Amino acid sequence: MMGEYDTLVSFVFAQFFPRKMALSLADVQRIAYLARIEITPAEASDVEAKLGRIFDMIGELRAVDTTGITPMSHAQDLMLPLRPDVVTETDEHLVYQQNAPATEGGLYLVPKVIE
Amino acid sequence: MLDSTIAELSAALTARSLSSVELTSAVLDRIDAENPRLNAFLTVEREAALEQAKAADARRAAGENGPLLGIPVAHKDILMTAGVRTTCGSRMLANFVAPYDAHVVARMAAAGMVMVGKTNMDEFAMGSSNETSHFGPVMNPWDVERVPGGSSGGSAAAVAARMVPAATGTDTGGSIRQPAAFSGICGLKPTYGVCSRYGLVAFASSLDQAGPFARTAEDCALLLSAMAGHDARDSTSLDRAAEDYSGDLERPLKGLRIGVPHEYVSQGIDDEVTRRIYEALEALLRLGATRVDISLPNVKLSVPVYYVIAPAEASSNLSRFDGVRYGHRAESYTDLNDMYQKSRAEGFGGEVKRRILTGTYVLSHGYYDAYYLKAQQVRRLIAEDFKRAYEQCDLIMGPTAPTTAFRIGENVNDPVKMYLNDIFTIAANLTGGPAMSIPCGFDADGMPVGLQIQGNYFQEARILNVAHCYQQVTDWHRRSPQGLAS
Repeated sequence: MMGEYDTLVSFVFAQFFPRKMALSLADVQRIAYLARIEITPAEASDVEAKLGRIFDMIGELRAVDTTGITPMSHAQDLMLPLRPDVVTETDEHLVYQQNAPATEGGLYLVPKVIE
Repeated sequence: MLDSTIAELSAALTARSLSSVELTSAVLDRIDAENPRLNAFLTVEREAALEQAKAADARRAAGENGPLLGIPVAHKDILMTAGVRTTCGSRMLANFVAPYDAHVVARMAAAGMVMVGKTNMDEFAMGSSNETSHFGPVMNPWDVERVPGGSSGGSAAAVAARMVPAATGTDTGGSIRQPAAFSGICGLKPTYGVCSRYGLVAFASSLDQAGPFARTAEDCALLLSAMAGHDARDSTSLDRAAEDYSGDLERPLKGLRIGVPHEYVSQGIDDEVTRRIYEALEALLRLGATRVDISLPNVKLSVPVYYVIAPAEASSNLSRFDGVRYGHRAESYTDLNDMYQKSRAEGFGGEVKRRILTGTYVLSHGYYDAYYLKAQQVRRLIAEDFKRAYEQCDLIMGPTAPTTAFRIGENVNDPVKMYLNDIFTIAANLTGGPAMSIPCGFDADGMPVGLQIQGNYFQEARILNVAHCYQQVTDWHRRSPQGLAS
């Protein structure tokens, strides 16, 4: 059974991945910073290898002819619904802040931002 | 009792031969017996469930009735349930208690359903095997060394193991349908916008939809009727007239045109899966349907399109998890930035991190046009393929997944191989169309095979009709895994 699955994988790969797209360690660190996720040096090469495989797969999209095609960002062609500009929400901060790591006087505590 | 369908249980409750308290107690006992082995539930609410069951019995005694009054249900742990822990299968939310109910949860409660607990899932709905959960994998009740599918693996396993007659799931790339297929039950993803996403922790906002799991199409119709409906708090919730999804179940299939895309039955799919699909098609042809061979030339691009769009949307949606207002905060950090970086590194598992990084990259300066915009254009090409196909046929059918359930641990080190599980399910999320998986047989190892039925927008009732008729002439949906505690 899994032999057929491997055949499917190879079939898809043969269609899609004629060339390898290199993702460098520097790329990984740059993206990790943008995403605000710390990647240790030990994790970085595993992440780089796995991301490389993912980018090989998605890179094939670039060969598809999409001249004149309008991007489809959503299943629906909807306008954002409007409503009257009146206050409808009630103050629930006591309930919501029950999940907060640190609060004081209704405020969320975080490390100092401004020196 | 626990082998009964929702419809059968409702009849028993109506006839007063069974009370909701008795039914709920039996369900809770079954959960206690099976969960250590299957890990389907993350939270069980014994006292609260029995209270709700008592309330349902009281509503019935006061003259109320309804097909879901007093019926137990399990909710996927991505849905907010007021006062109850909601983890999304992640360390990030391991101790998060939901401050409000998701819209679909509230609607089912209003219909009198009794929530027994929250089910295990792939972390933040990212996965196809329920192996990325921070709380351990879920085991497939048909073979505990295999996965139940994902991301709604806990809900699927719970229904398959007769731990609960109804469960909710969510589907972004196949996360209801694929576990339904792997676990031998029915699972439906409605048209995008039919079920409100308010209280559904967002993964990919243009793809996510909640939907029901049950063992029959008839049961799924009852659940969908309760879950569906406009909600002003979700700006993508559609304002349509209420629909009774059970209304058309018995409609004869004569004249139904079933489209079979040759891309769905060509090389690379497990032989046994293909055989079961053809047998199911034969059964439907005997009921009066006709087969139309169609082509969806761009559908093979579904996987790369999805793995640009879904991670891009996820990278935005998961940026809210920063350790400030809720969720995991690191113990020690040097400054605010360090707090963000460490909290997120510690709170998220490997697959979630990979998808956030992928999404961040495709949206970043210099790459947006080449990846994200491009993927959206190919998304339209895929949607156009389906639009053209529905001029020739009423429904599209094929396998839900290319294989049956694989072994736990088999694909965890190869993300792309894992992604290919979704090759048949993803298109319905990209286009927004409805789709359902129903059991249609087993492979030589005794593992369930799922038949996927897709329809044009708002064709849920027709899909349920065809599934129901199929289930009148077959009994795959009544089969039970061996070795369940009695």
